[in-house]
Amino acid sequence: MSLITKFLSTLLHRREAGIAVMIVLLALVVGAIQPRFLTLETLRIIALAIPLILIAAMGQMMVLVARHVDLSIGSILAFSSIIAGIMFRDLPDVPIIISIVAAIACGGALGFANGVIVTLFRLPSIIVTLGTLSLYRGLVFLVSGARQVDPQYIPRSLIEMSQTSPIFGIPWIVILAFVIALLTYFFLDHVRLGRQIYALGSNPVAAPLRGIKVVPLTILVFTMSGALAGLTGIIYASRFGYVNPGITGVGFEFTVIAAVVIGGVSINGGVGTVLGTVLGVILLGMVNVALPLLGVSAFWQDVIYGAVIVIALLIDKSVRDRSARALAAARSAA
Amino acid sequence: MTMQTETAKPTRDSADARPMWQVVLVRPEVMTFALLVGAFIIASNLSPFFSDAQFILESSTYYVEYSIIALVLTLVIISGEIDLSPAAMMALSACVFAALYQAGLPIGLAMIASLATGVLMGLFNGILVVVFKLPSIIVTIGTLTLYRGLAQVLAGDRSIGKFPQWFNGIDYRLILDVPVPVIVFVIISVALAAILGTTVIGRQIYQVGTSEIASIHAGIRVRRIKLGLFVAMGVASSIGGLLTASRLASVRYDMATGGELQMVLMVMLGGTYIFGGRGSILGTFLASWLLVIIATGMTVANIAITAQLIVMGALLIISIIATNAIYARTQR
Repeated sequence: MSLITKFLSTLLHRREAGIAVMIVLLALVVGAIQPRFLTLETLRIIALAIPLILIAAMGQMMVLVARHVDLSIGSILAFSSIIAGIMFRDLPDVPIIISIVAAIACGGALGFANGVIVTLFRLPSIIVTLGTLSLYRGLVFLVSGARQVDPQYIPRSLIEMSQTSPIFGIPWIVILAFVIALLTYFFLDHVRLGRQIYALGSNPVAAPLRGIKVVPLTILVFTMSGALAGLTGIIYASRFGYVNPGITGVGFEFTVIAAVVIGGVSINGGVGTVLGTVLGVILLGMVNVALPLLGVSAFWQDVIYGAVIVIALLIDKSVRDRSARALAAARSAA
Repeated sequence: MTMQTETAKPTRDSADARPMWQVVLVRPEVMTFALLVGAFIIASNLSPFFSDAQFILESSTYYVEYSIIALVLTLVIISGEIDLSPAAMMALSACVFAALYQAGLPIGLAMIASLATGVLMGLFNGILVVVFKLPSIIVTIGTLTLYRGLAQVLAGDRSIGKFPQWFNGIDYRLILDVPVPVIVFVIISVALAAILGTTVIGRQIYQVGTSEIASIHAGIRVRRIKLGLFVAMGVASSIGGLLTASRLASVRYDMATGGELQMVLMVMLGGTYIFGGRGSILGTFLASWLLVIIATGMTVANIAITAQLIVMGALLIISIIATNAIYARTQR
């Protein structure tokens, strides 16, 4: 086997290759039906749809790799967003960056609380975060007095983040999202703590035996997920220009989980890459933009999200079964 | 007889048997009951309405649809699985009912179709969990999005109503001064408690939840039981959806949004063990009334609906912690 074919075959056997092929196929099929899909303008719309999902997806991916799940990110997003919005409105003298940092810190604190409850009482994270999903949403209503933060209070400079661009017409928030993805990649692949998240997720029993401090690590993962959801809240305010306690971020967790599992992150922990997640987010963003262009009602969006989650779980299961069989065969041969 | 007690004596020191009062009193249902009494006393002090049984019965009709589904969910959680999709199943089966009725189908047939939708949705969940061996906790998050999306496709953004007069307002029909949905709830409670407590199937549900592998070796048809429970969830959700449609006299795709939280909350407050194998219908029954009193009490006390979100979320977490603590104390 020549070096090139070998390279190609390893490439094709990666999970990411499948998603990349799907992205290309989708672009070609939709483009063939509706040529408007293959224009720069559409590309820009897709690019703008990505940052919201991508940043939160980085956090959710780390949580899933650690064999947990965080259902509360939609409410955390709303909380950070409303805190930033209220600070913009009521404390106009405070520099914008301070409000933003405070909002992200709030997100981190809520994520920290998730992590503490999960580890301290050894509870399933899905039920805990189902509870905090409701609890944090209640807090959003409480701090905002159930009032929306109107567009005129969102600083122009923040809104311009999603409209202006430093280079090649790529908006700031898109660049920010990809910088976050790169940092996550670096953390997960080249930092000891990041590698330990994989170890924890692939075998929670063995991890403490290998000297991994499970409790602080789990809390760290939830805190990062919360902080990234908080940052997403800022991007939300920048993209949409208002914050509404009853609308912002509702159901967001399902979108993010759909994107992450399409990206090949296993809900059984220990498996998942940043590249896969990025491709999953791009695929989902493309589907979102393609639907209205194809004349499909936006009502179909949730159906597609749900179907995509179920199908991705089935694919993940079959991949795991196959690799388990291959491993068993290799062992019996040796 | 003395010989027998001699031989039965363990060779190593065993822990003393727990005193009888502990066996009877230190159990989650007692906690639920104590909370129920406490909530009732506080609520009666807040408002004189609460000393009136009729008022509580009327208020309960807002939550009884969830309570009915929570009863079946109790069995699912005891068997070691979970279903987070019932609220979405309520919405989709109710939308199927309303859309078919609007399309001109006789209302009876539309109701049957709605129940059949419930069976199909439950079967789909069950097959994904039992045949494809996917974890129910995440699969039902996928199907919850899927079912809710299908409801949206079916009903769009409008509400479907104009049902015949006899169909609407089932919560106002009284039998012996008790609203019909509450009677349905009580009957299903008694039936499920009997099944769980006295039949072989009922005991097998506990065994499956305690140790699935052991149950397989013991010859229990684990897959069949789990599949049956998921289908029962679908049917119960469909019944809940129809009751809600009757109470509201209209159907929208966002019916019962977030209802899964309250259903899981009822089961957890009732002391069912989140990891399976323990729990009771009595607990969920008591917890349903507890939730009615808490929610109505907060409304009567003019506590904003938004603060209720905080209370419900906090209650869910506290109830799992308390239940786990009680089971940890009484284990072995």
